Amino acid sequence: MTTLRYAYYPGCSGLGTSKEYDMSTRAVCEALGMELIDIPDWNCCGSSPAHTVDDRLAGALSARNLVQAGDIEGVDAIITPCPSCLANLKTSRHRLQKPEFRAEVNKLLERPVHGDILPVKSVLQVIVEDVGMEELRYRVRNPLKDMSIAPYYGCIMNRPPKIMEFDSQENPMALDNILEALGATVAPFNLKVECCGASFGVARRDIVERLSGKLLNLAAENKAQAMVTACPLCQMNLDARQNQINVANSTNHVMPIFYFTQLIGLALGFSQSQMGLEKLVVSPRELLAGAAG
Amino acid sequence: MKIGVFICHCGSNIAGTVDVAKVAEMAKSLPEVAFASDTMYACSEPGQEGIINAIKEKGLDGAVVASCTPRMHGPTFMRTVARAGLNPYMFEMANIREHVSWIGKDKEANTAKALDLVRMAVAKLARNKPLFAKSFAINKRVLVLGGGVAGIQAALDCADGGLEVVLVEKTTTIGGKMAKLDKTFPTVDCSCCILGPKMVDVAQHPNITLYASAEVDEINGYVGNFQVKVRKKPTYVDWKLCTGCGACLEKCPSKKSPDLFNEFVGTTTAINIPFPQAIPKKASIDAGSCIKFKTGKCGVCAKVCPVKAINYEMEPEIVTEEVGAVIAATGYDLMDWTVYEQYGGGRYKDVITSLQYERLLSASGPTGGHIKRPSDGKEPKTVVFIQCVGSRDKSVGRPYCSGFCCMYTAKQAILTKDHIPDSESYVFYMDIRAPGKMYDEFTRRAMEEYGAKYVRGRVSMVYPSGGRYVVRGVDTLAGTQVEVEADLVVLAVGAEGAAGAAHLAEKLRISYDSYGFYMESHPKLKPVETNTAGVYVAGCVQGPKDIPTSVAQGSAAAAKVLALFSKDQLQSDPQVSSVDLKRCVGCMKCAMTCPFGAIKEQEVRGEIKAQVIETMCQGCGLCTATCPQGAIQLQHFTDNQILAEINTLLESELEETQG
Amino acid sequence: MSKELRIIGFLCNWCSYGGADTAGVGRFTQPTDLRIVRLPCSGRIDPLFVLKTLTGGADGVLVSGCHPRDCHYSEGNFYARRRLEMVKRFLPVIGIDPGRFEYTWVSASEGQRWQTVVRGFTEQVHALGPIQRFGKDAAAMAAQLAASHA
Repeated sequence: MTTLRYAYYPGCSGLGTSKEYDMSTRAVCEALGMELIDIPDWNCCGSSPAHTVDDRLAGALSARNLVQAGDIEGVDAIITPCPSCLANLKTSRHRLQKPEFRAEVNKLLERPVHGDILPVKSVLQVIVEDVGMEELRYRVRNPLKDMSIAPYYGCIMNRPPKIMEFDSQENPMALDNILEALGATVAPFNLKVECCGASFGVARRDIVERLSGKLLNLAAENKAQAMVTACPLCQMNLDARQNQINVANSTNHVMPIFYFTQLIGLALGFSQSQMGLEKLVVSPRELLAGAAG
Repeated sequence: MKIGVFICHCGSNIAGTVDVAKVAEMAKSLPEVAFASDTMYACSEPGQEGIINAIKEKGLDGAVVASCTPRMHGPTFMRTVARAGLNPYMFEMANIREHVSWIGKDKEANTAKALDLVRMAVAKLARNKPLFAKSFAINKRVLVLGGGVAGIQAALDCADGGLEVVLVEKTTTIGGKMAKLDKTFPTVDCSCCILGPKMVDVAQHPNITLYASAEVDEINGYVGNFQVKVRKKPTYVDWKLCTGCGACLEKCPSKKSPDLFNEFVGTTTAINIPFPQAIPKKASIDAGSCIKFKTGKCGVCAKVCPVKAINYEMEPEIVTEEVGAVIAATGYDLMDWTVYEQYGGGRYKDVITSLQYERLLSASGPTGGHIKRPSDGKEPKTVVFIQCVGSRDKSVGRPYCSGFCCMYTAKQAILTKDHIPDSESYVFYMDIRAPGKMYDEFTRRAMEEYGAKYVRGRVSMVYPSGGRYVVRGVDTLAGTQVEVEADLVVLAVGAEGAAGAAHLAEKLRISYDSYGFYMESHPKLKPVETNTAGVYVAGCVQGPKDIPTSVAQGSAAAAKVLALFSKDQLQSDPQVSSVDLKRCVGCMKCAMTCPFGAIKEQEVRGEIKAQVIETMCQGCGLCTATCPQGAIQLQHFTDNQILAEINTLLESELEETQG
Repeated sequence: MSKELRIIGFLCNWCSYGGADTAGVGRFTQPTDLRIVRLPCSGRIDPLFVLKTLTGGADGVLVSGCHPRDCHYSEGNFYARRRLEMVKRFLPVIGIDPGRFEYTWVSASEGQRWQTVVRGFTEQVHALGPIQRFGKDAAAMAAQLAASHA
């Protein structure tokens, strides 16, 4: 099998709150024959603040990363695990196709953008498209038997569809298919692309408690034992704030919230600590013990 | 040649930005122009008289009128010229209103442009030849395609008018969509009760031949003389023998066949009669789900049939009919709403289409007229209606309004309350479109008398939760999000051209739009004509419309056919192609490109030559541009005429630059 | 805009000529350079009309028909599309800037679109300036030659 090479953009969360996402992504990608080369001297993509304040600034922050990625030889795409980074990088790449915008942004950059820009994809997309479900199924050593998991994609993974160009924006199936390939039971879950409340966790916690609460309620109602996500912010709201949500809504969910890469890792035979499972707030230990036995 | 030029002021419409007197003055110096003048309104009675007098007094051979677009008054002035004793084709028009005075403000530039257009018209007219229409005999039978209410009306009106009618229906019964409806708005009449008698009339009318379970394979010919091949699809029941007793239906062991008539709500038997009032009331076998066809063993229906009508060996049969006109009334289908993933994309059993809901409401439907949820058969207490699913939605490529959904949704909300008095109905709408007699009053009744809760806004998502469905939308009037827990969700799915409409249109050689609706000849003034002579449209085949409009169009199309057939002979448009035998080398490239099959081979002294069938030629000129020899020329638009127009313009330019 | 140039349009009767009428009825102001030749169908256009017009000294040629699939004669514009694309690619071969020729589709209801098309094309032709006139130059040359022989 030829090695798949990608320029890798970890994103700020990957160094902090979602360290386990970054860890598991690197481990799983390696195991699946994907070579990740970190973009040299990468910087923050601008996250939510930049583009709400100044679109040129947001463009420039992302553009710098896109330019830096151009230094890496032998790669066809930039990949990132974080949907928010993905949205910023993809949006900037899209807008940089317009010469006027590119000129504006280049005024802010030491190394201006020239010519073609590498395409940007999510780690999820390349696992689905470049590795493929057949290959994944083939490599599974410990199928996730007897685990019913709700796939939660978050609101920006596939939106806006014209820019993201992957999967359905209303009923995506990538995580469903991965769960199925890993041998898990896919719990019916129709709020796949709902908002978790995102960064309102800081300013208006009540919004997160309401929106994320709804997600947990539906997952529990559909007999999911855990949820899987592909977004650091979704994961944090559902996992780290699960207790706050329970208090606010008078519920008592104990719902582990995995990154999809962690589940792939477990199925491929990695240990729980290699997948950073101890970093999850709601411990999956009981669930995994039950499933194993 | 002596040409007269008449420049119209059109009040101030033209004269305001074109110096008409100057154009007339300068036109006098053009070659072959013997007379030029300006006139206030060329199309008015004195205006036309002026043209006639000039032609007679000056002995003119042709006339150029520079006024509005020839698409408007071309035929008017052709009649004027004819009244003056000239051949009507010895006439040209220069469009100095729509193409000059109304779009440019610079009077000097406009005047120069107007003169150029006059110059072109004169150059063309100088090469015009008198053309004469030819007469041909017609077959006064009419083919009606589609047995919905529009087709039924058209067939009955034609038949009552004394014409022989061939009615071809794709499914095993006529009645169309209207037969599936429980009630009609705004009178809440029983749909099948008002349609039923008309269906019976069709069956019993001595002038109507009905082919149900049949489709058109091929249409050849032209107005007055079409040959139609009708393919009768096998029903595996000899309809000459079948009495419609229904014994076979009772005994058929295959009870899981898809129920087409009931919009796939529930199932039916493999041998069935779609509904009690079906016309013809004959059984037919759905081979796809019949056990006999699938395994070879069964044959129960053949055993129980008292008249031995079952024939498992039946083959398709082709019947050829000769007709003089065709009325296409093939109606509509619902668009594929499963693109709406946010409404479940077809995965949720209790999210249904409005047409399925009609079947739930109907006493002859699968639930006997009791509203039951498809998933568990429970009576819903909260029903949410979502309008504009696949209408007015560019994101799914359906920018148009389907027109009738607002009304039937109001009707369904009313009927829901009638069926289940303790139920609640919610209607999510964008705008209420109720422009018809008693229509707006009707929607108001749904709200005010029947308490339907109308929420102005789109629904963003439907998802199942706890055995019910959460419908989330926006209330744009209150500016809030709304969530309704519903037991049943009914989608007012938008209409598109019937399945196979595009294919049929190509056989009929008429245009259709990207949604499968057929193009009428003129959106205002020729609503049931098409651009192919002798082919008419009626009902939803042209675009979504409600029952009264469909019926009106059925009658209108019938009236057009009756008018067409009021003469024994038709006159062909002489603006057709003609072959110069001396130049034709018989390559027949013209015949290959002709969209109308209007060119055939002929042998002239042992050599193959092309020959134009003048009654079939529609005058597009495709052959003229194709012919490598310039042998086939579209009359009135010959190469020489077009080149004359071009050369005139280029000469005028050269003169300017040289001068 | 600078001095008027010579632009000739070939329009099908059913869609684009109607669209130009609609633009007029809607008073969608346009530059005055264009002169329209009315034809039954874009399929009636012989590619030689376009070439003859350009080599004969016109500065631009604009062809417009019904949108593909909407042809009044059901398929004439499909033929037109092939022929006209061929013409467009051929123009550089005979030394004519392909920007002097455009073909487009405008329906009878698209008055505003017609305005956009005419404005855009007129601007495009003005940017290219007047065409080099074979006829005129040749005539001048012939005159010169004649004078030198005299």
